[in-house]
Amino acid sequence: MVELNPIMWWRRLLSLPNESRTKTFAVAFLVAFFSAIAVSVTAVALRPIQQANLERQRTAQMEAMISALPGMADILREAGADTMESFLVDFATANTATNVNPASYNFRDAMTDPASSISLSRDVDTAGIGRRPNLMPVYMLRSKGELALVVLPVYGTGYQSTIHAYLALKGDLNTVAALQVYEQGETPGLGSRITDAAWQALWPGRKIADDDGVIRISVVRGSATTVFEVDGITGATRSTTGVANLLHFWLGDLGYGPFLTRLKRGDLET
Amino acid sequence: MSGGNMKTFLTQLLDNNPITLQILGICSALAVTTSLGTALTMSAALTVVLMMSNGTISLIRNHLPSSIRLIVQITIIASLVIVADQILLAFAFEMSQRLSIFVGLIVTNCLVLGRAEGFAMRNPIWPSLLDGLANGLGYSAVLIVVGTIRELLGTGMLLGRTILPTVETGGWFEPLGLMLLAPSAFFIIGLLIWAIRTLRPAQIEEPEFRIRTTDVSRTS
Repeated sequence: MVELNPIMWWRRLLSLPNESRTKTFAVAFLVAFFSAIAVSVTAVALRPIQQANLERQRTAQMEAMISALPGMADILREAGADTMESFLVDFATANTATNVNPASYNFRDAMTDPASSISLSRDVDTAGIGRRPNLMPVYMLRSKGELALVVLPVYGTGYQSTIHAYLALKGDLNTVAALQVYEQGETPGLGSRITDAAWQALWPGRKIADDDGVIRISVVRGSATTVFEVDGITGATRSTTGVANLLHFWLGDLGYGPFLTRLKRGDLET
Repeated sequence: MSGGNMKTFLTQLLDNNPITLQILGICSALAVTTSLGTALTMSAALTVVLMMSNGTISLIRNHLPSSIRLIVQITIIASLVIVADQILLAFAFEMSQRLSIFVGLIVTNCLVLGRAEGFAMRNPIWPSLLDGLANGLGYSAVLIVVGTIRELLGTGMLLGRTILPTVETGGWFEPLGLMLLAPSAFFIIGLLIWAIRTLRPAQIEEPEFRIRTTDVSRTS
């Protein structure tokens, strides 16, 4: 007669010699099963809190970046903090998207969602991101009607992780006002130095494109010689060139490029 | 706690301290002791992980096939470490950013696997839990001492509060930049080991090699 009582099964399993094949498999399976449950339950249960922490840090960093720019703190104080406009750019039309609420849109969800992103072929994908969302948020700050600052969220692959950063451009849309890396998982102590204040301080004042509109900004080994170049970090070549590559992508034709051109000409439909 | 357990407990803390006697877990001890805050968080995380891994492994020790023993131990330790890391990310975000990968690296801390293999595999749950606690606290004690010295002498502060007013803020204390670099942790741990072995000569190991000397006067 086949014994169906699970307790009997359990007892029989425990009484098997430790070296038997069945018991080895059973122990391996049970340990893996319970470990997986512990890890997934914690990860899923705590994700909302972790996301909120990340969100808080991101906002704090953006505020810190903007208020650290010379002159920006004054503009913000004069105009009040809520003059920071935020809206979504639709890359298909190089215009602002009006049918989606910027406050509820999260480009993180769109990054891998086939319905709200396009696939990039290898030769145009200099940022190494595989897919690009159709919509991305943009933040703008005006002072006395004049464009003072445009902040673009950008991301791309560095050496071993996705680097997320804010690129702030001055009113001429060709001068870097600041670069702030707010999330990365590069090698601690080497690639992670792209978050160092000292390195990020090299970015303000650099020019994006030359007079012909060709994007020239780059990270070089040793010392920068032109206004388009930023010093690399020794031991972090892949991470720093990763930052330059992702800027090339996001400022290029598939990124914010066409939108910035229209913004410069002033013919945006809002 | 019975007398025997209490004795093991105290022995692990000072006489068999994981860092100063067994010289285990040095890597993280160097990395996270730049300030007292990170040292405390790391100590708490390691102590909890060590206790729980010792407890779990002791619980299933009689049914562990020896062929997959190490893999099972590492799986349990790694899961506990991920859970600890996730909890830190959720409830102590700033601190977990400062600790970066070192909480995750508890998996590779020889101390945890060492105690699982060396103690929990052969002892019942209660002594294993105590052994985990004692070793965790022994590790913590060293981390806290090193962290205190490094933060105090390196920045003049403790837990972010100014103890020694630095020259920069108009005080008299000139911070020692070296204290914030990894080598200083080597020096401090070295000095600690020296001090403990001077007090307890029983801990001094026999040298592995002796320099052979020949009597010059006799050969000539």
